[in-house]
Amino acid sequence: MVRAYLDHAATTPLRPEALEAMLPWLGGRTGNPSGAHAESRRARTAVDDARAEIAALLGADLGEVVFTSGGTESDNLAVSGAWGAARSTRSVPALVCTAMEHHAVLAPCRALAERTGAELRLVPPDKDGIIDLEALAGTCTADVGLVSVMAVNNEIGTVQPLDEVAAIVRQRSPDAALHTDAVQSVPWLDTAATTAATDLVSVSAHKFGGPTGVGALVVRHGTPVRPLIHGGGHERERRSGTLNVAGIVAMAAALRVTVAERAETTRRVAALRDRLADGLVSSVDGAVETGLRPERVPGVAHLRFAGVESEALVILLDEAGVAASAGAACSSGAVEPSHVLTSLGLDRHEAASGIRFSLGWTTTDDDIDRALAAVPVAVARLRD
Amino acid sequence: MSGGVDSSVAAALLTERFGADRVVGATLKLWGGSSDSGCCSVADVDDARRVAGQLGLVHHVFNFADEFEARVVDPYVRGHAEGRTPNPCIECNRHLKFDRLLARARALGFDAVATGHHARCEVGPDGRYRLCRGADPLKDQSYVLAMLGQDQLARTLFPVGEMTKAEVRAEAHRLGLRTAAKPDSQDVCFIRSDQGRQGFLGDRLPLHPGRLVDHATGADLGPVEAVELVTVGQRRGMGHSPDGNRRFVTAVDVPARRVVLGSSEAALAPGVELHTVTWVDGDPTAPSGGDPAAVVDVPAIAQCSAHGRPVPCTVRRPPARPTAGPAGPGIGDDPTGLSVVFATRQRRIAPGQTVALYHPDRPETVLGSGIAR
Repeated sequence: MVRAYLDHAATTPLRPEALEAMLPWLGGRTGNPSGAHAESRRARTAVDDARAEIAALLGADLGEVVFTSGGTESDNLAVSGAWGAARSTRSVPALVCTAMEHHAVLAPCRALAERTGAELRLVPPDKDGIIDLEALAGTCTADVGLVSVMAVNNEIGTVQPLDEVAAIVRQRSPDAALHTDAVQSVPWLDTAATTAATDLVSVSAHKFGGPTGVGALVVRHGTPVRPLIHGGGHERERRSGTLNVAGIVAMAAALRVTVAERAETTRRVAALRDRLADGLVSSVDGAVETGLRPERVPGVAHLRFAGVESEALVILLDEAGVAASAGAACSSGAVEPSHVLTSLGLDRHEAASGIRFSLGWTTTDDDIDRALAAVPVAVARLRD
Repeated sequence: MSGGVDSSVAAALLTERFGADRVVGATLKLWGGSSDSGCCSVADVDDARRVAGQLGLVHHVFNFADEFEARVVDPYVRGHAEGRTPNPCIECNRHLKFDRLLARARALGFDAVATGHHARCEVGPDGRYRLCRGADPLKDQSYVLAMLGQDQLARTLFPVGEMTKAEVRAEAHRLGLRTAAKPDSQDVCFIRSDQGRQGFLGDRLPLHPGRLVDHATGADLGPVEAVELVTVGQRRGMGHSPDGNRRFVTAVDVPARRVVLGSSEAALAPGVELHTVTWVDGDPTAPSGGDPAAVVDVPAIAQCSAHGRPVPCTVRRPPARPTAGPAGPGIGDDPTGLSVVFATRQRRIAPGQTVALYHPDRPETVLGSGIAR
């Protein structure tokens, strides 16, 4: 069965350029970048070149790019590492993040708060999924050590006003480090520009056509970070461990092609997404888009279907050849109630009726056609 | 598929009978808290998923945790706060496994749900469904399924009901299922073995000390540590009377912080009043014609705990009582009430416990169930 894969926000296919870049490093070319011989030098050069390219594309210096195992590790390093090194008026600085952050930010924030007694302040979004700037201003006081605000929300795709966030944070919490989880931003936005006012930026390769298992944290000069992983002192003492050469060169290649094609991809995908969302809203009674379209990245269409359990809907869609997401899964594989939707003020049932369709660089009109055919049928069955 | 050997073999038997294309395995995520037992731990879900994989089945996990909390855990806790002892496994079957899961299966286009319960569901010559005890008397689980009715039974299969536990394990070994040697889960799935009921309830409820009083004389017999943890009929921990006889709990009054203790004789009751009464196939106490107020005495066999000894009894609709009396609504106001009179007196049944009723002539067959007031 030909399938329509509409879960690119979970992971998106590997770009051929990325595969091509990494293959030599998976077979044949042996070399640990940390060594004194020719094999090591060759690996280190490949990493240096990749780092230079990634830094330039993310608007950072070479020395500001720390390679990690992915978005979750980058977020953990930013939260625990930057908070741990923060200066502040308090001996145990407070933590601020939005209530709609990815679990990779919320969980380390909570763990840190529990372990150290640090006060964790959650800033709510407004009902359309944009951070409430007034509430942010209220929580940003001199005793804050770290503020984390995502660039793009992963469930509903809303773009956060990072420049305004930065202005508030700099004024009211001058000692705080400002982190942004930009994992969902890279395919769609000029991430270098949109995150320029922040101190720490998380990215993850497999969200923009690179392989899983590799990511980066941009740590701007002057932002101290204590390492989570100790060892040989790699990445300028910020993240030890033999570098994933194949993953890193692939990440650079994926980023290069993503940025080069971004304008065209964005335009094409936005049209597909609009056709999908418009089509579903008009053909399915009680279908509502979450968040305002102009404020969302082109790749995300999040809809709620009144009276339908999205956990069941996603199964019926899968049977009809459409892959979509009902929400984050816990380690048992069960869908968890969405904290993002709850933070928007939706009740339990509304929050359980949400489906995220996310498009990517491989999405075609056929995918949209298949989804437009399958969704109304599946919803009707569940409402029967 | 709970990750246990019974549901693993049930899945295997179904796959053999219907083919992997027509069977799907599902595990319920019911409990978000820590637990080391079936239905809840991630390890159990992994086991279920791997067995499904061995059988070539698609496997889903359904998150019913919110409803489990509302319909099973919270009532269990509140029951204890009010001096009742609910059976959470029964409420889980009533609201989750044979209600919400059946509805979910139906919504997804399935014709039936099968579980690894040791019970039998048969169609009689009249086309009506019967619920019967499982083939292994030591493992029979008809007691926790006694609330089912025709609608549920029409869509339920119990593939291992004809097998003994030993046969189930042998089959699991024969099929090479990874759960073949897995021990059976004991106790309530949301209570960890290291904390027990006391630890669990202690985390969720204030536990109050109270006084023990004598059933016959009302005399104070000393302190009791937590009235909410005491169950009617309980003997354990209640010590002895001065003449050396065991003492039994005859009543628990949580608001008054009082536990009444009596002799084994005093702990006997001639019968029990039930609410939330269910019938597998029609209410036999309904008068069949003529006077709608006629009282019909129906003989039955009562089983008052999961593996309790079945006892002969008679059941009838309770007499109607005037409403709005000072003592609150009368028993007869509840249209699902039932009076049970035992042939010989039995140990008092704790409020909240289930009584399963079986057919007097076909004692393998379940008639219905009710919850003790």
